[in-house]
Amino acid sequence: MSPTPYLRLAGIGKRYATPVLSDIDLTLNRGEVLALTGENGAGKSTLSKIVAGLIEPSSGEMWLEDAPYRPESRHAAEKLGIRMVMQELSLLPTLSVAENLYLGHLPQRAGFLRTTELNAMAAEHMAAIGLDRIDPRQPVGELGIGHQQMVEIARSLIGNCQLLILDEPTAMLTPHEIDRLFEQIAQLKAKKVSLVYISHRLGEVEAIADRVCVLRDGHHVETRPMAGSSQDDIVRLMVGRDVLASTIRPTLPPAAPLLRVDALSRAPVVQEVSFEVRPGEIFGIAGLVGSGRTELLRLIFGADRADSGAIYLHGEASPTPIPSPQEAVHRGIGMITEDRKSQSLLLDKSIVVNTTLATLNRVTRRGWLKPLRERALTRELADTLDIRCHTLEQAVGELSGGNQQKVVLARWLLRDCDVLLLDEPTRGVDIGARADIYQQMEKMAADGKALVVVSSDLRELMEICDRIGVMSAGRLVKTFPRGEWEQQTLLEAAFSGYSKQAPQQS
Amino acid sequence: MTTSTTPSRFGGIAGTYMGLAGALVLMLALFGSLSHYFLTVNTFVTIANDIPALTVMAVGMTFVLIIAGIDLSVGSVMALSSGLCSLAILQWHWGLPAALLLGLATGTACGLATGIVSVKWQLPSFIVSLGMLEVARGGAYLVTDSRTQYIGDMIDWLNSSLIGGISPAFIIAFLIIVIGHVTLTRSVFGRYMIGIGTNEEAMRLAGVDPRPIKIAVYALLGLLSSIAGMFQTARLEAADPNTGIGIELQVIAAVVIGGTSLMGGRGSVISTFFGVLIISVLEAGMAQIGASEPTKRIITGLVIIAAVMLDKYRDTRKQRRH
Repeated sequence: MSPTPYLRLAGIGKRYATPVLSDIDLTLNRGEVLALTGENGAGKSTLSKIVAGLIEPSSGEMWLEDAPYRPESRHAAEKLGIRMVMQELSLLPTLSVAENLYLGHLPQRAGFLRTTELNAMAAEHMAAIGLDRIDPRQPVGELGIGHQQMVEIARSLIGNCQLLILDEPTAMLTPHEIDRLFEQIAQLKAKKVSLVYISHRLGEVEAIADRVCVLRDGHHVETRPMAGSSQDDIVRLMVGRDVLASTIRPTLPPAAPLLRVDALSRAPVVQEVSFEVRPGEIFGIAGLVGSGRTELLRLIFGADRADSGAIYLHGEASPTPIPSPQEAVHRGIGMITEDRKSQSLLLDKSIVVNTTLATLNRVTRRGWLKPLRERALTRELADTLDIRCHTLEQAVGELSGGNQQKVVLARWLLRDCDVLLLDEPTRGVDIGARADIYQQMEKMAADGKALVVVSSDLRELMEICDRIGVMSAGRLVKTFPRGEWEQQTLLEAAFSGYSKQAPQQS
Repeated sequence: MTTSTTPSRFGGIAGTYMGLAGALVLMLALFGSLSHYFLTVNTFVTIANDIPALTVMAVGMTFVLIIAGIDLSVGSVMALSSGLCSLAILQWHWGLPAALLLGLATGTACGLATGIVSVKWQLPSFIVSLGMLEVARGGAYLVTDSRTQYIGDMIDWLNSSLIGGISPAFIIAFLIIVIGHVTLTRSVFGRYMIGIGTNEEAMRLAGVDPRPIKIAVYALLGLLSSIAGMFQTARLEAADPNTGIGIELQVIAAVVIGGTSLMGGRGSVISTFFGVLIISVLEAGMAQIGASEPTKRIITGLVIIAAVMLDKYRDTRKQRRH
């Protein structure tokens, strides 16, 4: 332990409706790389945004070299030398590298840009951090994504940078670009810059971190030196020990699969995924964010085009081409999208309108709506699902997340789909509504439908699914029948595609 | 608990149209006090016979704005269909019904072309319809030899007065408003238009292909523009290749004054009709009190801006309450 840590956190917490982060104690030394890791939603991004001044903590205190540290804004944190590179790059693609680097303070004379001076400044800065291979005059949009990331980092290093936070910096990089990034990190370390490296790619964490901090459900689990820790140790820390009592799923009678997906691919996000779902079965898909889960559902639903592969419905011998969502719905497939606000709902329209959207033929005669019947059907579903609202004419945008999701579910219940694809069906949904949604899913299964559920919440999948397939880096790496999974084995499978060593056999 | 109360029909209608009707009454009172000749039957018959062309195009434009599009070519399409109609009568010696049908088909084809190009190629309808504005205008000059083609009185029945001085054109326009309103509020097509304008991706992922619906909306506006062209032809007893220049701005202004959102997803045919009335009364009133052309344009412009500001204000206030 060095005598004075550069940054110290004590009791940092953040709550919105519910606590997302509680009681985090952490220290960071000069010239140290601290990896921050944990499952989806563990609080990694929230914690680092608090440090970078983007989010104000609800509780706790921070010290920067023994002085109290309470950044009012990102700008205030940056002035003190604390910078964060977000997952989404904030560069302007049409401007040059140099212009992007010095965007806030371009050298000028009487309003005219002093291009020569600007390019010289940029070249000097880039050379100082070993990026002299990038031409400062080139438009950023012409650079590869890896170099763009480097420019973003270079921009953070202008002036007095003491602490650099990188949030999932390698998500879009090729292995070669990752190596270049690691060289950069090593150089920064040598200059006594502290780094926080957020990643769930344990192979990378192992390669560059000095210490690793594991978060779980917003709590600090442990911070330990990387030396002497294996990837398995870290996974074990991420998972925790709590075991949930699972609901009992009925045994399925043997039957031909209702949905069979054969070697479905869309490069590079989904690669040769095959699985089948029988009538009455709930098939879960686990995996990290970005592992291709959402993309897989979109392929099945025809929202994106597959490069290759086939989909078989109702046990038919010949594949069913699904070129569009329209065809999917026509064939009895429904999809609850990951982002209900932007992809499912007409927010300023009523519950009635949103519920009947996919099934207007049931409430019309020769193209004309029958408002009473439309309303009656919606009423029935609203009662079944216990949708809480003032009136059915209320705009869905005014409802809570859980009730919004119930409206989406009602839409597909009304449609009476044989196959329902659910992408994060309980994200942003409160506990009560969650139970209603689970109950409805179980009822659909009992009615002989096939359900495919994507979720980041492993416990949710373990509770409701008959089988769970795990995706990692675009592949369905392993499928577990009910009773043969454990949170840890599921997580290991989810990480397997990203770690540098071969997937473990279990 | 779920409760169910249907908002009272009257409350809804009053809330929706009261503001527009109030503005209209205010304008009538203002012009009435400024000119003794304004509040007479004559003025109203004149206005009633002036507005059919504007009205039918505004109904179609309401639909286009609701699907978050725009069409600038309406005036040119009007002129082209009128021109082709006159060509069929004068040069090819077609009968009137066939010539009228040709006119309507022309407009529909233009709208269809705008729709197909902008939807299939995913181009902004603003630009595509700007192109169509030039193409159709050029076509109108071509088929009329750049001159006003006099057809004679075979078509002026459309514009002759019937009971109370009201023309068949006005009655047709009125019917189109009624059909347009019912289509928007009570048909699957109307529901889909509103859905597409609100969230096109959500419609697609609900299994509704937005493309044919959008194309149909542009084709419909083309058809309605050509009906407006026929009205205009009947009024002049001639096809004027310069007819409808700049009328797209009046049409869009009327629709926007009626509260239809340029962002799509929200609009009403009846409100649009109020918009048409407001624009027309403004014009007739200012003519009556002898306002000069520059004054007229400045005031019309200010009214449009004020209407949109008012609408925005109401909208933000509504959002804040939630």
